[in-house]
Amino acid sequence: MTSTIQAPRSPHTRSTKKSGVNWEKWGWIYMRVSGVVLVVLIFGHLFVNLMIGEGVSALNFAFVAGKLTNPFWMTWDIIMLWLALIHGGNGMRTLVNDYATSRMSRGILKIAILVSVVALIVLGTLVVFTFDPCPAGAPADLVASFCKSL
Amino acid sequence: MPQEAGTLDSQQKTTSRRPAGTLYRGNTGMWSWVLHRITGVAIFFFLLVHILDTALVRVSPEAYNAVIGQYQTPIMGLGEVALVGAIVFHAFNGVRIILIDFWNAKYQRVLFYVVIGLWVVTMLGFVPRHLINVFSH
Repeated sequence: MTSTIQAPRSPHTRSTKKSGVNWEKWGWIYMRVSGVVLVVLIFGHLFVNLMIGEGVSALNFAFVAGKLTNPFWMTWDIIMLWLALIHGGNGMRTLVNDYATSRMSRGILKIAILVSVVALIVLGTLVVFTFDPCPAGAPADLVASFCKSL
Repeated sequence: MPQEAGTLDSQQKTTSRRPAGTLYRGNTGMWSWVLHRITGVAIFFFLLVHILDTALVRVSPEAYNAVIGQYQTPIMGLGEVALVGAIVFHAFNGVRIILIDFWNAKYQRVLFYVVIGLWVVTMLGFVPRHLINVFSH
């Protein structure tokens, strides 16, 4: 198998004139824009869940119920979910393009990444919007205190 | 600024014929890139697991509490130190990459040491408090 190696630092040229959107450029921009937003969202997420109060030891169903019934944290979590999964999926796509050597392995791995990202975005979004903080029949000591007044 | 990369100090110092000390090959440029990839992959796989475990709030309070209880064990507590360390490096080095792209690539080396410095400060703020939370319960 022979392939032509271009001189270093030679500008990118398209083999075929294709009009339309330069998706790689928008992917590159997306990584930087979403990255900056994710620094704020994830640092905030880690601070509230791991630093305030008793940190990881205080996490339980009632804690999550308190957050997922608050529109502020619902919005925070939904934006973080979408931005992080697409950022991570696109990053994994870059690694597959770099390290998977056959066309078939690249195809399989990229489809696996796409399926994982889409499935988890759908799952996470459904969980946030269909969450029930006071499920029927749940023990009172496991749910948030505001469930008593219902 | 591809042609200006030839003015980097490390390249001027090179007397051997081996190419070394370009922006991404050798030294800080390469190791920050390697660490960015490794931490990125680790964070991605944690994210997949973390969305699945959080989705258990939709199953039952008992199911969610059983899994989140695993995050509170000493071994997982140490794992969270590694996770936060990976996230903090990836975050600060990501900002460094943006500054290299949009500001000036000639500061990439000093920015790498800024990233390491900020990482140490952030971890000094996080690790003791987190370990107290993990080991005192």
